[in-house]
Amino acid sequence: MSTDHSAHSESGHGGAGAYAIGFGLAVVLTIASFMVVMGHSLSPSATLMAISVLAAIQVVVHLIFFLHMNTTAEAKWNNNVFLFTLMFVAIFIVGTLFIMDNTAAHMMSR
Amino acid sequence: MLGRLSFADIPVDVPILVGTFLGVAIVGITVLGLITYYGKWGYLWKEWFTSVDHKRLAIMYVVVGLLALVRGFADAIMMRTQLALAYAGNPGYLPPHHYDQIFSAHGTIMIFFMAMVIMTALFNLIVPLQIGARDVAFPFLNNLSFWMTTVAFALINVSLFIGEFSQCGWLAYPPLSEAQFSPGVGVDYYIMAVQISGVGTLLTGVNFFVTIVKMRAPGMTWMKLPVFCWTALCACVLIMVAFPVLTVAVALLGLDRYFGMHFFTNDGGGNQMLYLDLIWAWGHPEVYILIIPAFGVFSEVVPTFSEKPLFGYATMVYATCAIMVLSFLVWVHHFFTMGAGADVNAFFGIMTMIISIPTGVKLFNWMFTMYKGRVEFHATMYWAIGFMITFSIGGMTGVMMAIPAADFVLHNSLFLIAHFHNVIIGGVYFGYVCGLNFWAPKALGFKFNEAWGKRAFWFWFVGFYFAFMPLYVLGFDGMTRRLNHYDNPNWYPWLLVAEFGAVLILFGIVCQVTQIYVSIRDRNLPENIDVTGDPWNARSLEWSTSSPPPPYNFAIIPHIHELDAFMHDKENGIDTRHAGGPYEPIHMPKNTAAGFFVGAFSFVFGFAMIWYIWWLAAIGLVGVFATVIARSANHDVDYYIPAEEVARIENEHSRKLMAQAAE
Repeated sequence: MSTDHSAHSESGHGGAGAYAIGFGLAVVLTIASFMVVMGHSLSPSATLMAISVLAAIQVVVHLIFFLHMNTTAEAKWNNNVFLFTLMFVAIFIVGTLFIMDNTAAHMMSR
Repeated sequence: MLGRLSFADIPVDVPILVGTFLGVAIVGITVLGLITYYGKWGYLWKEWFTSVDHKRLAIMYVVVGLLALVRGFADAIMMRTQLALAYAGNPGYLPPHHYDQIFSAHGTIMIFFMAMVIMTALFNLIVPLQIGARDVAFPFLNNLSFWMTTVAFALINVSLFIGEFSQCGWLAYPPLSEAQFSPGVGVDYYIMAVQISGVGTLLTGVNFFVTIVKMRAPGMTWMKLPVFCWTALCACVLIMVAFPVLTVAVALLGLDRYFGMHFFTNDGGGNQMLYLDLIWAWGHPEVYILIIPAFGVFSEVVPTFSEKPLFGYATMVYATCAIMVLSFLVWVHHFFTMGAGADVNAFFGIMTMIISIPTGVKLFNWMFTMYKGRVEFHATMYWAIGFMITFSIGGMTGVMMAIPAADFVLHNSLFLIAHFHNVIIGGVYFGYVCGLNFWAPKALGFKFNEAWGKRAFWFWFVGFYFAFMPLYVLGFDGMTRRLNHYDNPNWYPWLLVAEFGAVLILFGIVCQVTQIYVSIRDRNLPENIDVTGDPWNARSLEWSTSSPPPPYNFAIIPHIHELDAFMHDKENGIDTRHAGGPYEPIHMPKNTAAGFFVGAFSFVFGFAMIWYIWWLAAIGLVGVFATVIARSANHDVDYYIPAEEVARIENEHSRKLMAQAAE
């Protein structure tokens, strides 16, 4: 078995219960997103805002229930790597918005 | 049944391609025939193709990388020859349709399949050995990465003989690469090759990151980690963050082409500028993925051949990490002229200039390492010193182009081409060749021939200046990149000089091939064979094992006391190997064919998608998933090397060491 391999010593994987809760939440959030878009009950900008918030919550659900992020000491590396990833994602998203918005203003491409 | 594939797609009317095909076919049949004649198929399959041993994968990566180098260089010298001819009414010998495929293939192959592949080869060869590990964290994924990369390279080469390749440059900018303007299969070949090799690269990044974080020998704290491993770690972080962006950008382009979507089209609300933003958000980190490990190579080679510890180890580490972060903050300098305002361009221009500071720190560190050292002018030092000179020039022209106002003059001119070849050849390529010469004895058990190595260096070094300095002049003179023909009499002489430089580089490659041939031929000469495993009196752990290392690398995992662990042990009379034992059984991963089959099915999938052969694509995709599931369900993936076998191998090595010492 490869479980005693030194790279596989991470503990803290949740059981089937955690996966079931995560799966349920993910399904609910996905259905909610579709309902918001297909129901046409909100204005277009409010719809965008709503599905963005639902997507962000979905990310957190995946991180906690499927990728086993928690605050225990063994997860220190996981959490550091996650913060680092957040930094780069923020650079990409903020940078792209900054660039594309500025370009659109100058090139009248909107 | 065969989608849009028909006999008309085989370019029998292009003599260059028919000739190439015949050449490839003759060489290929000869090689396959020889393997069959000597009955080596079983050996290749059992010991190499299915191997999960990082040292063997490294050698296979080098073979693929060198094939890509030859293919990419053939494209390069064809372009130079076209431009040396196509002046004042002469159309040259390459019509635009063919020429455009050649420059697109040259860039794609050189970055994805030459540079990335040789970089991965160096990671595989050195990282586990340098940190005192027995293999990488995920040996099967390592084999899978190799096959994904290799089949993607095969797919690109299939485009030579079936259909066509992309004519949209190495980054396939829309809207030209959209179905409206490129209806053929060229861009689809590009998309599939990039996506399949991207899987391999991403897995490599994850694999080596985990390996370095989790599998360092006891006592090897972060500030005792050799610089090459630091650079590999930073490159892996860049891979993990940047490659998903490439995957998404190219996938969105694929959705546009396959499903008629409008992410980057001219109409339907598409915005091709977003593609530029995304592709360079990957593309700039990518060039740092390539150069940072080259910095690591020099940081190992220069101290070894100066017989001194590296000057400023800590600053080297911090500079590497600083470059890693900064490389994510500069991507707009590839499209200053896209139309963003002064706010955007000024920010990214200044960030670009700031990157030259940590890079300068590194250059001074290498020079201070040489200062008052006993510098041995070994062939690897030639590449290192040639790098320092050439890379400095390339870096300075880069800072020039980082000035947005200057970039408006130089953008997409041959000045840009000269600049990035200056840093990619003078930095990345010189670094990797330096590394291959340095670590060849570790991988193969014998040293590379030095005379041919120096000849190769001089041809490359001088050839580079002849080939690319004229391009700086031409760029200032207004010549843009990717021109097929021209009528400006001022350009003609400079392009002849550049052609001469390309011929010199051709001689350089011939010298390198000769070097490999001569080295293999003379491998058993006493001055070439590496009995001790430490031919250069070097400093880090990889030199403490035999050359080539046993399958398990280290019979007893060494304890690390100091930076430059092996040199510390040598100076203090510590036996790093713990010769004589006691030995224990060693837990090892079994070879597996799953990687090969996932690769083969991916190739089928990619080829079928390119030609719209949907049933075959479905078979390929199902094959990939079935293989992965079958592999995941297989628990017979490891074995133990018995302690007696370890003792036998180790005692054999000790006996050779003593025989060498007695001479």
